[in-house]
Amino acid sequence: MIPYNTAIVLTGTSLLGATSGLIGTFALLRRRALLGDTLAHAALPGLCLGFLLWHQRSLPVMLGGALATGVAGIGVVSGLRRFTRIKDDAALGIVLSLFFGAGLALLKFIQRHPVGDSPAGLDHYIFGSAAGMIASDVKLIGTIAVTGLLAILLLYKEFRMVSFDAAFARVQGWPASFLDFLIMLLVSVTVIVALPAAGVVLTAAQLVLPAVAARFWTDSLGVMLFLAASFGAVIGATGTLISAGGGVPTGPMIVLAGTALVAVAMLFAPRRGLLARTIADGRARRRIDEQNLLLAIDAPDPTSGGAAVTFDALAARLTQPVGRLRQSLRAAQRAGWLRRVNADSWRLTETGVSRAAAVTRARCLWRLFLTEYPESASLFNDLDVERIDEVLPSEIVAKLEEASHNSAPSHEEKAAP
Amino acid sequence: MSTVEQNRQSGGQAAVATVSEMAPQAGGRVASAVLEIHDMTVAYHRRPVLWDVDLTIEQPSLVGIIGPNGAGKSTLIKAVLGLVPLASGSVKIFGQEAHRQRRVVGYVPQRESVDWDFPVSVLDVVLMGTYGRLGWFRRPRRADRDWALECLRHVGLADLARRQIGQLSGGQQQRTFLARALAQRAEVYFMDEPMAGVDAATERVIFSLLRELRDAGKTVLVVHHDLRTVPTYFDQVVLLNMRLVASGPTSQIFNNENLRKTYGGRLDILEAAGQAVASQRRSV
Amino acid sequence: MKGIDLFSDGGQALWTISIAAAASLPCALLGCYLLLRRMSLLGDALSHAVLPGVVIGFWISGSTSSGWIFAAAVVVGLLTAVLIQLLHSVGGVTEDASLGVVFTSMFALGVVMLVKVGPRVDLDVDCVLYGLIESVWLDTQPMLGYEVPRALMSVVGVLMLSLAFIGLFWKELKLVSFDPRLATSMGYPATLVHYLLMGMVALAVVAGFYAVGSVLVIAMLIVPAATGHLLSDRLVGTMGWAAATAIASSILGYFGDLRFETGMAPMMAVVAGAGFTLALLLAPRHGLGSRAFHRFRLALRIVAEDVVAALYRTSETDSAELGLAWRSCLAAGGGGLLARLAVHVLFWRGEIGWVADRRVQLTATGRERAESLVRAHRLWEAYLGENFDLPLDHLHEPAERVEHYLGPALQEQLASELRRADLDPHGKVIPGSKLS
Repeated sequence: MIPYNTAIVLTGTSLLGATSGLIGTFALLRRRALLGDTLAHAALPGLCLGFLLWHQRSLPVMLGGALATGVAGIGVVSGLRRFTRIKDDAALGIVLSLFFGAGLALLKFIQRHPVGDSPAGLDHYIFGSAAGMIASDVKLIGTIAVTGLLAILLLYKEFRMVSFDAAFARVQGWPASFLDFLIMLLVSVTVIVALPAAGVVLTAAQLVLPAVAARFWTDSLGVMLFLAASFGAVIGATGTLISAGGGVPTGPMIVLAGTALVAVAMLFAPRRGLLARTIADGRARRRIDEQNLLLAIDAPDPTSGGAAVTFDALAARLTQPVGRLRQSLRAAQRAGWLRRVNADSWRLTETGVSRAAAVTRARCLWRLFLTEYPESASLFNDLDVERIDEVLPSEIVAKLEEASHNSAPSHEEKAAP
Repeated sequence: MSTVEQNRQSGGQAAVATVSEMAPQAGGRVASAVLEIHDMTVAYHRRPVLWDVDLTIEQPSLVGIIGPNGAGKSTLIKAVLGLVPLASGSVKIFGQEAHRQRRVVGYVPQRESVDWDFPVSVLDVVLMGTYGRLGWFRRPRRADRDWALECLRHVGLADLARRQIGQLSGGQQQRTFLARALAQRAEVYFMDEPMAGVDAATERVIFSLLRELRDAGKTVLVVHHDLRTVPTYFDQVVLLNMRLVASGPTSQIFNNENLRKTYGGRLDILEAAGQAVASQRRSV
Repeated sequence: MKGIDLFSDGGQALWTISIAAAASLPCALLGCYLLLRRMSLLGDALSHAVLPGVVIGFWISGSTSSGWIFAAAVVVGLLTAVLIQLLHSVGGVTEDASLGVVFTSMFALGVVMLVKVGPRVDLDVDCVLYGLIESVWLDTQPMLGYEVPRALMSVVGVLMLSLAFIGLFWKELKLVSFDPRLATSMGYPATLVHYLLMGMVALAVVAGFYAVGSVLVIAMLIVPAATGHLLSDRLVGTMGWAAATAIASSILGYFGDLRFETGMAPMMAVVAGAGFTLALLLAPRHGLGSRAFHRFRLALRIVAEDVVAALYRTSETDSAELGLAWRSCLAAGGGGLLARLAVHVLFWRGEIGWVADRRVQLTATGRERAESLVRAHRLWEAYLGENFDLPLDHLHEPAERVEHYLGPALQEQLASELRRADLDPHGKVIPGSKLS
């Protein structure tokens, strides 16, 4: 049985993580990841002002102040961007650092000139501390979580439209700027509510990390939202538990838990992960090399009479590093396309000849396709030419084949004028 | 080295001097073409941008690179200049690997590719053209400065030399880039849409400058958008759409058949091309 | 006496200000390149991310000012830059998100390490927020007969290195920052210069860590550079203003802290912010204030010109002698406060004068200006009329807008391109032509 206090804190941080993940997904897709960071930093002076004016630690007042200066900071960012020669990135950095500097100045000032409640623990807002969370905090977080979830459920279609292509959404007649504002509002409120637990400096990470990790596993927005929310909950809980056990601030621990998730996703995710991609890329590269090798051997060469080809001749025909050529020669030999005639020359086998013919055919058809259907050139999206039958509709391939038979023998390749 | 120094000293006449100095390097092997691209493939994550391009420019001339959006025109230039890696193939300039020939190559990137709020003067920008010959750590001298001013004068912007570049109009910015290219004292120029977004008067100025370069024995390759002006502007055209569709003298290559192979069957393009071809006939 | 102030308390003020200034100068100077290359956020990321490096450096050396800290921070800084690039290009994560992931992770790692190993080396989380400036001046070492703070020697070392770097690579940095593609095509690989710069920024960030801590370093990297960017149109000028802002922040930050007890680091950020705000409002060309002023002056000029043009047109009619009523004058200027002001300015400059009975007329100088304006107006009407098939009543409006911008040179060019440069399409005489 977990103690009541721990249960409260855990509920709070995982709820918060889930909300951040959910909202962060939209922040990420709208390329607003760092706006959350600026907002969180800009919230610090508001927190302190709230305390300074109210003389006591009332969470709603302080969070209200935080929201006010945070949003003011965002306002200054867009003002700088629009009315001065200061660019986007610098505007974010300027607001972030100046508001945060002012906040720190206020914080130190309050600590040196105490009024009302003891300011002790005010600096917990900077790196976050979940231990002090009480039931009413969790209720607040819960309310935000439910509101966010409801908003997303109700406006799922609209949000998706705006996230992927705001300009298109506008043209279609959606109130894109209003929807954008709604998303921004959700982001702001989430950031502010997350401040006490996650801390000013690292709140933004809670928005970004779960969403980035989720993006690796899926291409569908629905799945991504679900994953990001779950990841957020998991890292919130994990971070809290480790932080409670090890005597380190909660914010950094939550972030490190998130980092681990991103690292795992980046390495092992099925299609977008580094491992999967390296394997797939390597395979594709070897296949393309193999195709080029077969073409190079098959190409009629007056000096060799179409028989065996020497290594040097191949190296001259293929502009690629010698090591890679050796590698693809070995691979082709293993696969049975080539036979080694003597130490330095190779010849195509029976199967090699037919495979080379297939590659040549695919290549010719693509060439033909590019001149017959130039407006659809983007369909040719992989150097692996033999994928032609997967990519193009069969009737188009048939047409191309017919045209290629009519036009000329298959070896008049380099017919550039 | 010492001849280069002398050229610097002589300021204004340096361009002429440099050309003759360059001659042995450039034309030493008489047979070698200005530009030879062999089997060039450029891909972005296996998605081909340029595929199997073979292109030879034999003689110094004014060459237009034409093709639809996304056809790889800018990529062709960038690949030749070594700004994007080749998946396969080779590029030779005057018979030597392109990366050994940086000094004979001039480049005019697209105007939008730089930040015009950057705190430099017009003269500073033109002076950047001389950096390639200076090499690491060496500062431009007085002679380089004079030469840069000379190039500015050539494009008619000498009065604005001290201005910050952001204060220029679009056409003046483009001319600044041309002056910078002149300051490179190159033999082969690659220009990425130098006539995009400029007014008709500036376009005429730029074109006459390009022709002047050609007449001085330079080769100028220009990515160009406006099909209607192709026949009047260029000696040769390169029609590009991921692969080379055709290349050669404008009068032989620039016809409806080849344009259809480049742009496809879209009606508006065909109409524009039809007009262009008709006007070419009239002028012939 | 000021001198005594500075040297009291064993030179606390002097040493503190010197360390702060020497520490923030490299940030301010290198920050200019970050700003101009639109990489300010990379600077932000780097300033957060070197924290683990700093902690490792402390841990190895056990001192607050040793070469280890700088070495470790440069390694970690370069690693960060590479990781961000990798996550973006290999992982396919958008640039800002990859930045966010990497720097928050590194920073979190730094904080955790700090909490774990910090107590052993007398380093706490406050150092991250407020820097070491309030304590490092105490740790001194004899040099040339003086007791000099060790930290001063390290940060001056970084400052020298930064100056040498900028001086040595001045041309290369400028070229790569302005046009990286041209640079690469010329054989100055932009990537190499980029990572050199990142290494230097990491060094500068550690120096800044002494003065303002690792979060507010970003204030010293971006804000002085942005101030310089608003105040100057040359790279040297930008850097000069940036350096001035950094030094002013150090001095005023120290005294501001004495007065308000806010901590020196936050005060430096606040002072830098105040400097930036001043520049934003008052910068001669790019400031909001001066731009508003220019816009106001233009508006005033246009209104004044409309008034003199109206007066000129009256003088062409039969009632020329009578001038124009005061009220009509204001109406010609569009009425309102601006028109009132414009008419007063015209009086003050002696371009118009009273005739009688609250009626106004052009003086000789005013007439000259009015002629040029009406000439511009009618030339443009004539030009539009000759070259475009526009109905007569569509000519006035464009001319009304363009007339204020046609200088003498353009007027001459227009006149030379016109078939009839003496009459406008309405049959009115164009001033300055042979008919007038």
